[in-house]
Amino acid sequence: MISKRVVLKFPHRLVEKPIISDLVKRFNLEFNILKASVTPRQEGLMVLGLRGYDRDFQKGMAYLKKMGLTIEPLSQDVKRNDKKCIHCGACITSCPTGALYLNASTHEVIFDNSKCIACELCVPACPPRAMEVHF
Amino acid sequence: MGKTVQEINTKIKSGKAVVLTAEEMSDYVETHGPAEAAKEVDVVTTGTFGPMCSSGMYINIGHTKPRIKLSGTCYMNEVPAYCGFAAIDIMLGCTSLPDDDPRNKNHPGEFRYGGGHVIQEFVAGKDIQLSATGYGTDCYPRKKLDSLINIKDVNEAILFNPRNAYQNYNVAVNTSGKTIHTYLGILKPKLGNAYYCSAGQLSPLLNDPYYRAIGIGTRIFLGGGTGYVVWNGTQHNPGVRRNQAGIPVEGAGTLAVMGDLKKMSPDWLVGVSLYGYGVSMAVGIGIPIPVLDEDVARTTGIRDSDIYAPVVDYSDAYPGRKSDTLGEVSYEELRSGKIHFQGKDIPTASLSSYLKAREIAETLKSWIQSGHFMLSDPVDTLPGPKSGVHFRPFRERTIK
Repeated sequence: MISKRVVLKFPHRLVEKPIISDLVKRFNLEFNILKASVTPRQEGLMVLGLRGYDRDFQKGMAYLKKMGLTIEPLSQDVKRNDKKCIHCGACITSCPTGALYLNASTHEVIFDNSKCIACELCVPACPPRAMEVHF
Repeated sequence: MGKTVQEINTKIKSGKAVVLTAEEMSDYVETHGPAEAAKEVDVVTTGTFGPMCSSGMYINIGHTKPRIKLSGTCYMNEVPAYCGFAAIDIMLGCTSLPDDDPRNKNHPGEFRYGGGHVIQEFVAGKDIQLSATGYGTDCYPRKKLDSLINIKDVNEAILFNPRNAYQNYNVAVNTSGKTIHTYLGILKPKLGNAYYCSAGQLSPLLNDPYYRAIGIGTRIFLGGGTGYVVWNGTQHNPGVRRNQAGIPVEGAGTLAVMGDLKKMSPDWLVGVSLYGYGVSMAVGIGIPIPVLDEDVARTTGIRDSDIYAPVVDYSDAYPGRKSDTLGEVSYEELRSGKIHFQGKDIPTASLSSYLKAREIAETLKSWIQSGHFMLSDPVDTLPGPKSGVHFRPFRERTIK
């Protein structure tokens, strides 16, 4: 079994199609919607946590690509601008998954983007505005 | 047997001074005791880096041709600055906001850009748009000025902060049922989190609780350059309750500091946005403490476990200026990531960067060790606990 978090971008023509339900019916993938929105130009954005067998996951992703969606791992979309971060730790209690935490000995703020669910709560909590979301 | 600042400076010049950071000093005092530490250690370096709202810069932009006398308010990158001085002197405070910033009209406001950001960009050498007016006089006829300005072209650029480096500070919590947005962070309802803001054992005035070493004229690390303590800070409140070690258990002493902005760095003066509150600037300050005697050795040997801060409800007690606090917690517990309070484990977050405070103390240590930074004897002391100086509330009176 694997679990991964992906960012899906739907072109306008697919926004009304029930594509995610195919991931369940045809590829036995479990999904958890972390974020979903439709932009003013009617393109769709969805952040999904997916869980299933490796082979099913690969097939599911191939299906989405064939349908015309773009797929990126979530970790590429939420970034910390290390030039701006001052390691104060103001973000830490805003993060619901522990993706932002303090290293107790170095006092460095660590961003573990594999735990990030792109809730964006850290963005306003950061005084130097070092957390950047690039969807 | 004590030491003088002059004796310590002689050792610094000859490269023989023993310099420790406040963290290293705590270990040294624990192992060897304060008497031996006083003999062996000459200087302890401290550091702090956090938002310090009472900070600003003043500049003299040089005379235009024809001359202008800036009147009232001018704008630097659309952020208002004060011109109520002589013709071309300007002061910009770090919490100043553009006139068209929506502020909290749509609460909570974002406060993306303001005085602190302008100062950081100015120090970084970026061009700033100056927009100013004058009312025109016989000697200063010009009425309008729109120009780019740069720190390298202005006459003086000086950082002047009326209140920095608070000796201890509140821990903010929220007992109400809704999230609140404060200068101490976004506070979750029903004690959902707690914010603190002090470098604790590294903080300058916590290592010199009775202001024996730090005074008016003390040379310091300021914003990456050098500066001086020029006065006590505003709201200086030395007479508050102290624990057995003499450490204040709430906000107490403060410092007014000043230094040449042209020699400072955007790494140590950082514009910050406090969601729903406003803009500010994180300021880096490091103060060397000469180990004059055993008493100074003892006070510089304190640890986070010796320092306690009051827990204050920012949903009620703080805005209402009620004096009640909910309790006290140590910086050791705050830094562990959670405090146990009112039967609950409350996650903690900090606004002051311990990592950067440590970097400042280490930088100052290396400056002193290399002989580039001499200690200065204060020309006067800061008001102490028995001075009668205290922090007054506003006395509101009817205008008849």
